[in-house]
Amino acid sequence: MISLTGITKIYTVGTQRVAALNGVDLEIEDGEFLSIMGPSGSGKSTLMNIIGCLDRQTEGDYMLDGVNVRRLVDNQLAMLRNRRLGFVFQSFNLLPRMSAIDQVALPLLYRGATNRKRAAAAALKLVGLEDRMDHKPTQLSGGQQQRVAIARSLVTRPAIILADEPTGALDSKTSMDVMAVFRSLNEELGITIAFVTHEHDVAYYTRRIISLLDGKVVGDERNVPSFERDGDETAHAPAAPASIAEAPS
Amino acid sequence: MTLADVLGTALASLRSNILRTLLTMLGIVIGIAAVITLTAASEGAQQGVGDQIRGLGSNLLFIRPGLEETDGIQLPGSGVSLFLEDSRAIEKANFEYIDAIAAQGTVGGPGDFIGAQAIYLGQNKSTMLLATEPSYPFVRDFYVDNGRFLTEEDLTKKSLVVVLGGDVADDLFDTEDPVGKTIRISVGAGPISIGFNFTVVGVMERRGASANTDQDDVIIVPMPTLQARISLIRDPRGRTNIDQINIKLKNRDEIDQAKEEIGQLLMALHAVDSPDFRIQSQSDILDTATQVERSLQVLVVSIALISLFVGGIGIMNIMLVSVTERTREIGIRKAIGAKRMDILWQFLIESIVVTTMGGALGVLAGVGATEIAERFNIGGDTQYVITPLWIMVGFAVAAITGLFAGVYPAWQASRLDPIEALRHE
Ligand SMILES: Nc1ncnc2c1ncn2[C@@H]1O[C@H](COP(=O)(O)OP(=O)(O)O)[C@@H](O)[C@H]1O
Ligand SMILES: [Mg+2]
Repeated sequence: MISLTGITKIYTVGTQRVAALNGVDLEIEDGEFLSIMGPSGSGKSTLMNIIGCLDRQTEGDYMLDGVNVRRLVDNQLAMLRNRRLGFVFQSFNLLPRMSAIDQVALPLLYRGATNRKRAAAAALKLVGLEDRMDHKPTQLSGGQQQRVAIARSLVTRPAIILADEPTGALDSKTSMDVMAVFRSLNEELGITIAFVTHEHDVAYYTRRIISLLDGKVVGDERNVPSFERDGDETAHAPAAPASIAEAPS
Repeated sequence: MTLADVLGTALASLRSNILRTLLTMLGIVIGIAAVITLTAASEGAQQGVGDQIRGLGSNLLFIRPGLEETDGIQLPGSGVSLFLEDSRAIEKANFEYIDAIAAQGTVGGPGDFIGAQAIYLGQNKSTMLLATEPSYPFVRDFYVDNGRFLTEEDLTKKSLVVVLGGDVADDLFDTEDPVGKTIRISVGAGPISIGFNFTVVGVMERRGASANTDQDDVIIVPMPTLQARISLIRDPRGRTNIDQINIKLKNRDEIDQAKEEIGQLLMALHAVDSPDFRIQSQSDILDTATQVERSLQVLVVSIALISLFVGGIGIMNIMLVSVTERTREIGIRKAIGAKRMDILWQFLIESIVVTTMGGALGVLAGVGATEIAERFNIGGDTQYVITPLWIMVGFAVAAITGLFAGVYPAWQASRLDPIEALRHE
C-alpha cells in the first residue's frame, strides 16, 4: 500500500525554483490497476520516480507498506527497488548488447538469487517472448523490447509495477498488447500496476484514472475498464497468456 | 552479489566490447612485455658476463694502461702507458708467487682505428691481431686444438707465423685444414696499409664471445714479429706499447700482495706517484661488470615501469570515459536494484580483469619476443634469461595498476544518482 501526503518536489535551475510537484496527496491500495494522466510538464514522471524510489521528494511523506521511505538510506532504497518495485520506462531502458534472458535475470543477480535463468525464462514466457530469449534489443521490435522490460520488472515478483508512458513509443495495436500483459499481471498475480499515459485509450483500460495538473492532483475517478464494457472495440485486445502460475521462489 | 557474479558481469561487459577491451589492455600488454624482455636481456647479459669473467680463472691478474682510449678510440702514443718492457721488468723481478706472464698487444680490435684483414684465396675477413708470447696458452688456459702454438724460436726469429682463432679458421678455410697454408694479412688505417704473408701453424680451441671481444675472432702472431713489422705500436722512445699483461699467480691468496708489489714496481718504472695503469683480478672485473649491469638493469626496469605507468594512466582514462559512456547503463542497473557496492565492484573488477589479462598477454608477448630475439640473434650474442620473479612482478604490477586505475572511475560510477544517470544522454 502506497500513501503520499503533501509530496513536493522542487527543482532549482540557476536561480529559478520550479515546483514539479506541489503538495500531492494520494493513496494506492494493493492490487489496483490505475493510470495517471496529465499534460506534459504536469509532474507525472516526477511523481512516478518518487513512488519508484528512484528520486526523493523535497517535502512530504511517502509511506510504502507502512515504512517511511524518507528515512531509508541508499542501500535500503536499492533493496526496495529490487524486491518490492518494478519499473518500466517509455524508452525501454534495456542494456545494449545483452540477450533478453540475461536482461531479465539481472534483477535476480542483484538480489543474489540462484536459478536465475529459469525464473527469467518463466518471466519471458509470461510476456509471450519464450521464443526470443537470446535476442539482443537491436534484434527485437519496440513492443517486444517493452515486453522484455516488463518481464525484467516482474521477474522478482514485486508488489508494484510502475510504468512511465510504457506505450509512448509504441503504435496503438502494440500498445494494447502491452496493456493486456499488464492487465494479466494485475488480475492473475495481484500486482499493483500504476502507469503514466497521455492517451485516453490507454487510460480507459484501467480501473482508476488520476489527473495531474501543475504538480497537483486535480482528478481521481473510478473507471470501468474498456475491456469490461460491451461493444467497445478495444475489448478485442488479445487475451493474456493463460498460465501465470509458475512463480520463481 | 557473489564474487563469481561480479566477475561474470565484468567479463560479459568486457566481452560485449572486445575492441575497447583490447585497446585498454594494449598499454599493459606492451608494458609487461617490455618488463619481461628487457629484464630477460639484462639478466642474461649479467649472467653471461659473470660466467665469462669467472671463466678467466681466479688466480689471474690483468695489468692494463690507465688511459688507453678516448671516446673508444685508441690513440697510439698519447697517454698509453704500458710497455713490453714493463712485462720484462716484472719477469726479471722474480716474484716467487708468479707462475707465468704473457704480454699481449692488439691491432684491429673493436674500437681500434687501425684495421686488420686476413685474406686466403679470395676469402676476406676483418679480424683482430693479437701479438703475444708462447706462455699465453698456459696463462689464459686457452690452448691450440690443431697444429702448434707459437714457440720461443718464432719469437727470436720474428717468424711470419700465425695461429688462427676458430672463427677465422672457419671463415677463411671452411673445411680445409689451415695448418701449413699461407694467408695474407694487411694492416692499415684509411688508405695506408701494409700486407705480409704468414704461414698458419695452428688453430685455437673454441672459447666463445666475452663481454666485448670474440675470443674466436682473432689471429695470434709472435710479439716481436708485430713489433718489427708495424711501427705504429712503437712509441717515440722506442718502447713497445702493449694492451695488457696477463699474470698467472701460483696461489690466489697472494693476489693482494701481488697487486701491491707489482704496482709499486711499475710506478717506479714509469716514474709516477699514482698508477697510470690498472691492475685487476677476476673479482675486480666481476665487481665492475656487475655494477655496470646493475645500473643498466635499474635503468631498464625504470623504463619498463614507466611504460607500465603510462599504460595504467591509459586504462584509467578509458575507464573514466567508459563510466561517462555507460552512465545510462549504471542508471538502469541501479533502477533494478544494484547497490553502490555492486556498481563499484563491477567497474573495479572490470579494470583489474583487463589489466590482469593484459598482464597475461604481456607475459606471453614478452616470452615470445624473447624467443624471437634469441632465435634471430637480435642483440648479438646476448643471452636472454626469463626469471619467474619478473613474471610475477609483471603480473602483480599489472593487477595493482588495474586496481589503482579502476578505483576512481568505479567510485564515480557508484556515486551516480539513479535518476540523473537514467536521464543522461
Ligand atoms: N531534472 C530536472 N531539473 C529541473 N526541472 C525539472 C527536472 N525534471 C523535471 N523538471 C520540471 O518539472 C516539471 C515536471 O516534469 P515531469 O515530471 O517530467 O513532467 P511530465 O512527466 O508530466 O511531462 C516540468 O516543468 C519540468 O520542466
Ligand atoms: Mg514524463
